[in-house]
Amino acid sequence: MSASCCDACLRRGYLVGLLAGRIAGLLDRPGCRPGGLLALEDAELAMAVGGEGTDEAIDFLGRFEPRRARADLRHAEVAAICRHHDGYPALLRDLGDPPATLFCCGRVELLAAVDEEPAVTIVGTRDASPYGLDVAHDLARGLAAAGVTTVSGMALGIDAAAHRGALGARGATVAVLAGGPDVAYPRRHRDLHRQIRESGLVVSELPPGQRPYRWSFPARNRLMAALARMTIVVEAGESSGTLITAEVAQDLGRILAAVPGRVTARVAAGSNRLLREGAPVIRGASDALDELFGVGAHVPVPLSPADVDPLQRRLLDAVEAGLDVDAICEFAGVPVNEGRAALARLETRGLVRRDGLFGWEPARTRR
Amino acid sequence: MPPVLASVPTFALEGVDAREVTVEVDVRQGLPVFTVVGLPDTAVREARERVRAALLNSELEFPLQRLTVNLAPAWVRKAGASFDLAIAVGVLAASGQIPAAALRGCAVSGELSLGGALRPIRGALSIAIGCRDAGFERLVVASEIAPEAALVEGIEVCAVPNLSRLVDLLHGRWRPDPPLPPSRDEPFAARELPDLADVRGQADARRALEIVAAGGHGLLMVGPPGAGKTMLARRLPGILPPPTRDEALEITRVQSVAGIGAGRLATERPFRAPHHTISAPGLVGGGSRPRPGEMTLAHRGVLFLDELPEFSRQALEALRQPLESGAVEITRGQVSLSFPTRVLLVAAANPCPCGVGGERCECGTIARERYRARLTGPLIDRVDLVCQLAPVAAASLAPGVAASEGSATVRARVITARERQAVRLAEAARSPSAARDTPAAVPSCNAELGSRATRELAALDRRASRPLGEALDAGVLTGRGHDRVLRVARTIADLAGADRIAREHVDEALGYRATGAGRVTA
Repeated sequence: MSASCCDACLRRGYLVGLLAGRIAGLLDRPGCRPGGLLALEDAELAMAVGGEGTDEAIDFLGRFEPRRARADLRHAEVAAICRHHDGYPALLRDLGDPPATLFCCGRVELLAAVDEEPAVTIVGTRDASPYGLDVAHDLARGLAAAGVTTVSGMALGIDAAAHRGALGARGATVAVLAGGPDVAYPRRHRDLHRQIRESGLVVSELPPGQRPYRWSFPARNRLMAALARMTIVVEAGESSGTLITAEVAQDLGRILAAVPGRVTARVAAGSNRLLREGAPVIRGASDALDELFGVGAHVPVPLSPADVDPLQRRLLDAVEAGLDVDAICEFAGVPVNEGRAALARLETRGLVRRDGLFGWEPARTRR
Repeated sequence: MPPVLASVPTFALEGVDAREVTVEVDVRQGLPVFTVVGLPDTAVREARERVRAALLNSELEFPLQRLTVNLAPAWVRKAGASFDLAIAVGVLAASGQIPAAALRGCAVSGELSLGGALRPIRGALSIAIGCRDAGFERLVVASEIAPEAALVEGIEVCAVPNLSRLVDLLHGRWRPDPPLPPSRDEPFAARELPDLADVRGQADARRALEIVAAGGHGLLMVGPPGAGKTMLARRLPGILPPPTRDEALEITRVQSVAGIGAGRLATERPFRAPHHTISAPGLVGGGSRPRPGEMTLAHRGVLFLDELPEFSRQALEALRQPLESGAVEITRGQVSLSFPTRVLLVAAANPCPCGVGGERCECGTIARERYRARLTGPLIDRVDLVCQLAPVAAASLAPGVAASEGSATVRARVITARERQAVRLAEAARSPSAARDTPAAVPSCNAELGSRATRELAALDRRASRPLGEALDAGVLTGRGHDRVLRVARTIADLAGADRIAREHVDEALGYRATGAGRVTA
């Protein structure tokens, strides 16, 4: 672990953590981006924050003890990888302000892998529609089946759906956090955070224990955009933070694609605008793979059909079509009492599940 | 004239019960003062004016002496005008205008008009029941409410139009016609109930409604606005079995106390649909002078909560305990009242805040999650079935489409299923082990079975229990949901006329069960 990060970079990483609150004072205005601040040298950054912050930073730079920091990292089970190490993804160097150190929890090898095997970043609004959640989930699942890593931000809504889709297909997924890598934010995603740490990778620019600041979300977004060859916006409103990721991806020359939403839906206004401006249309994992590897170069593995009898097949088709219970039973040609019973059996087998309160939907996370 | 003391029994309403109150009247020499003591409220105190005018207008004498009226027991608060008649009779007896012996074994209750006529009061049925239970032989009430009081057997109800007639009666100079209790064989279809045949389509909801009617389970209907949730709920009383005589008496008693009775025996079960802005006391009863809430008004009938997530959390929380125990206890000062609250709970909700649901829903995750949390919060454990209503398809409304099954047909099946339950429950009640853990005194339907009785009476063979085990293993069913699925499966089997619960009954019950664990976010 000690070999993966040099002392200077480690100090830099902790300096950003120390000054996170001060930087917030400088940047916490709506629309303000970290800009060049994070590109500054240590001493310049110390001067930039000004006032007491400068004194504090200079004092810190003088008395930083790498050995203690490394002991803390070991204790928190966090790995640090600096830009001078082989495990640091070269893609990040495309940024004008690449982080000196990445703090990681989980499978560190996924980080360098994004250079060889392209990854896809899936982002979108936190307040997503059921359609958006399903698309994000299926997209990540399909990409995972094709061996492509999914990068996202573990936020509510689209981000979480993408991570879950990838995890469900036992695929690789990387969560880039706005706080320390060991801090589950939002708290509601504690379980998801644990799962990603166990079978994927959680990575952050901020040292362990650090809470996220408003400025650290756009800062995190630039990392998400840089880590992948392609960024797919699933659903984004007109002023969504997701569009920052999209903008950075475009600036870095990455592929920026979007999933079409209904033209009247507010949650899809931003993503539809990207399409209008020429972003490739993504209808599913195969479209994304075509963009990434060229048409037909990389065929996604079809999801295994379940072993079901003809009645169950008809019911599944009807559920897939989004029908209500009456219509499902009519389609399958059974009275409603038998239809309900058959649906319960399919639910127990994990082939359908309840869609909130409104009837049934195909279960995508299982098998 | 020597000072004379008279005492006249009457009754005060406490909840849906009647408490005996003795009106003591003391008439003695002194300044002509008329005092009422014994915690009277304003209406009781005003009885002085009504009694004086009523006596004088009936050509009776109002003694110009010192009059003291005591309402015993003195510590109970007395409210309302129903003590008028007892006070007037007491004054007449104390001033020697009627023979005191004539009052033996006789209770009176009524409000007086200034002209001396008797006015109807609320809760005649409760008062008659209290009167009989206290061992009186006769009860004097206004003519209008006498038929209602006469529903109680074992007591003579005297229908008296006014004070002069009452004096004649007590002097033995007149006898009222015995009031005719409404015939017990009166056809139950006295009132036109909405018919299930009016509802087109909605097979899922119709099936759920039938199961609910047959087993007394709680139902949640989910569907977009205009799908017919309220329409279906209103048809539930029409497919429930008609009330038995005892149940009808309970229903009538509540309606009479609340002042909404028809003055005769209720022939159908009540249907109450309070608006979602109702307060907790409005729902379960309460207030400084406790009045029955909507739940009590729906006793032995249907309580329909439309727009369930819009109800206040307090109101929904207040529902839980009365739903469980079938009665609500309200304590005010020194008095503790009990209102019956045995209702069939039917709730309705939109699938999401925008009400559209499914593919066309435009609600965001956050809004939907918040909505669902409100919905599944306090009441979901009282809901045994969830059914889904589809938006009405134009085709099903077109003329010429065959009419749906009518209420009478469904009711016949429900009654048969209820009879099967009754036989089984009666057998179980005779065996000492079963009834012990039931919260209700005697369960009258499958939904009221306690957990032990459920396992005994809804026993499964190995084949039938397999889906339950699988569902538990797959994590789609919790241990708590297990018993509820069993009770619903028992009802489905009863509807199918099966003695033993089969696998398809369990499967169907699983298909209808309510889940709190459904998903909104991915």
